[in-house]
Amino acid sequence: MVESNVGPVFYILAFLIIASAVMVVSLKNIFHCALALVMCLFSVAGIYILLNAEFLAAAQVLIYVGAVAVLMIFAIMLTTNLASRNIKQVTENALVSVFICALFCLGTIFLLWATPAKIWRYATESLPVDNTAIIGKYLMTEFVLPFEVVSLLLMAAMIGAIVLARKERS
Amino acid sequence: MEFQLPEYNLWLMCPEFFLTIWALVVLTYDLTTKRKSGSMVGYLAMAGPILTLAVAAILYAAGLYGYGRGFGEMFFNDPMALFFKVIFLGTAFMAIGSSFGIIRQKIINHRGEFFALMLLSTVGMMFLASSNELISLYIGLELTTIPLFVLAAFFKDDKLSVEAGMKYFVVGAFSSALLLYGISFLYGMSGTTDLLQMKITLAIAQLTFQKNFLVVLIGMVLVTAGIGFKLTLPPFHQWAPDVYEGSPTPVAAFLSVGSKAAGLVAFAKIFVNGLQGYYDPSTAPVDWGQLVGLLAVIAMIIGNTVAIRQSNIKRMLAYSSIAQAGYIMIGMVCLNEHGLAAVGYYMFAYMFANMGAFAAVAIFEDQTGSCQIDSYRGLVKTSPALSYSMAVFMLSLAGIPPLAGFMAKYKVFAAAIAMTTTDPTYNWLYWLVGVGLLTSVFSLFYYTNIIKQMFFSREDSPYKIVCGGPGMTVLMVGLIGVLLFGIFPEPVLNFATSISAAFGFVAN
Repeated sequence: MVESNVGPVFYILAFLIIASAVMVVSLKNIFHCALALVMCLFSVAGIYILLNAEFLAAAQVLIYVGAVAVLMIFAIMLTTNLASRNIKQVTENALVSVFICALFCLGTIFLLWATPAKIWRYATESLPVDNTAIIGKYLMTEFVLPFEVVSLLLMAAMIGAIVLARKERS
Repeated sequence: MEFQLPEYNLWLMCPEFFLTIWALVVLTYDLTTKRKSGSMVGYLAMAGPILTLAVAAILYAAGLYGYGRGFGEMFFNDPMALFFKVIFLGTAFMAIGSSFGIIRQKIINHRGEFFALMLLSTVGMMFLASSNELISLYIGLELTTIPLFVLAAFFKDDKLSVEAGMKYFVVGAFSSALLLYGISFLYGMSGTTDLLQMKITLAIAQLTFQKNFLVVLIGMVLVTAGIGFKLTLPPFHQWAPDVYEGSPTPVAAFLSVGSKAAGLVAFAKIFVNGLQGYYDPSTAPVDWGQLVGLLAVIAMIIGNTVAIRQSNIKRMLAYSSIAQAGYIMIGMVCLNEHGLAAVGYYMFAYMFANMGAFAAVAIFEDQTGSCQIDSYRGLVKTSPALSYSMAVFMLSLAGIPPLAGFMAKYKVFAAAIAMTTTDPTYNWLYWLVGVGLLTSVFSLFYYTNIIKQMFFSREDSPYKIVCGGPGMTVLMVGLIGVLLFGIFPEPVLNFATSISAAFGFVAN
């Protein structure tokens, strides 16, 4: 890990991410859950800025906070009586899932702790200042094929969404 | 800023382009006929995979198509890509052929979209097969699955179908999140998304630091889980029976063969190519061979035992496909010149038998509305053609000689035995072969149960099944494939052996 980036700001953001993520899966009102999700996504964007990845942070705010989360809130508000109702968030398998998640989480933290930082590629060097331009260049040269296939993917998703959501006349 | 545009080699991608355009043609044709296209749109869609193969063959004859790279390193036609593209196109052809019943009765308003989405999903599989890099691999996998979410829920008025679509969507989204998380670990360790480069960088790191890093294990477990959902490898298999039961039968067939083959390609590319250095008992616990071997054993046991108790034929075929995934993964963990060849041949044989069986189920369901195994009772007296072909498909899935399924199972087991005889550290592969042989006996029980119901029942069936043209074509293609490639497997086997040769496993 890069030592210089781990300051008080990082810890505040990390705390915000974890706290709001827990709120997303534990709050009783689904509207509050969606607001907590917005908070969580915003804090992740903050981490990206700490790592000098401005483009990623902007994309995160635009797409996840701006589009996805706002759509989610609209969907909740437009669904009758959903915003004011209390929902049950605990499943029958809560114990099992908590166990598996805790095991995975602790295992990952232990393994990351035990790994020396120099193993990670690019861990000790910070991102170049013009990284946004570099991303653009890669998208237009080496990664142009996957970039174009994504548009095909979006078209398939759009056709599918229209088919499923359309009201049939019969 | 300087731009260095990569070399495109667009000729290599012509089959994909053609199929994409064909999908749009099918979609527009249905719209221009004001949704009254009837079966015509089905025939048009059925021609798509055939014409794509023809385009590839013509370009090959003209010397423009074949092995090679395009778009820098992004698009790579190796033997595995070409072999599996044939499987994907065959699967699409047979799935479209068996959906003529449902486009007449159930899908009245969206025939064009149904076939267009199926063809687009096939395009995704083909891109996936040609990717040699983690990002394009991931995007290919998404283009494969996103149309399938919609296809699974295509009967909008049917609760079971909507439930199937929803379940598949949630599971699919979850699994691709796991896959991406795993990929991010692999990228962090190697600093590259190119799989060949990753193999080299990881080997250099192993040599420089003289030890293995357990962090790779997290990436391996996450990627196995992500692809395991696509392969229906336990413990990631629970969605399969429900989704197969609820979704339209041709879509279930497409899921069980196409989506599984796509998962196999992704698995082979990431593990057999990128993480080849982490396949060795001496690197334990960072050894994916034993991890995947264990999952294969569980798949064979769970699939074969639970299938016995099923009364719905689609659920039975779902559990049977879980068991078949276990057999295929035996070939995957044999890193010698037979391993990947056996995987390829197995998938090829499995495509004919399983698509044929699902086509028979689809034809039966269209005319009777039933998927219960009981309702197949005495079918041979009223509809012999359907019964005999179903019997052949079941025997091939069970692995009875001289059908293709037998040769496939034999090749997989032979690959494992060859691995153990060359190096005694791989003796754990004997366990896989032992469990495989034992569970094959169990599998005979439920496959022959269908034959027993159809042939050895005293009552006459109340149903008279008439196979239409396209359905009959699919049954014939399946029968010919199962018999021909069971008796003369050499051409396919030779092609399949070049898959392992391209991955660097050559006979000594």
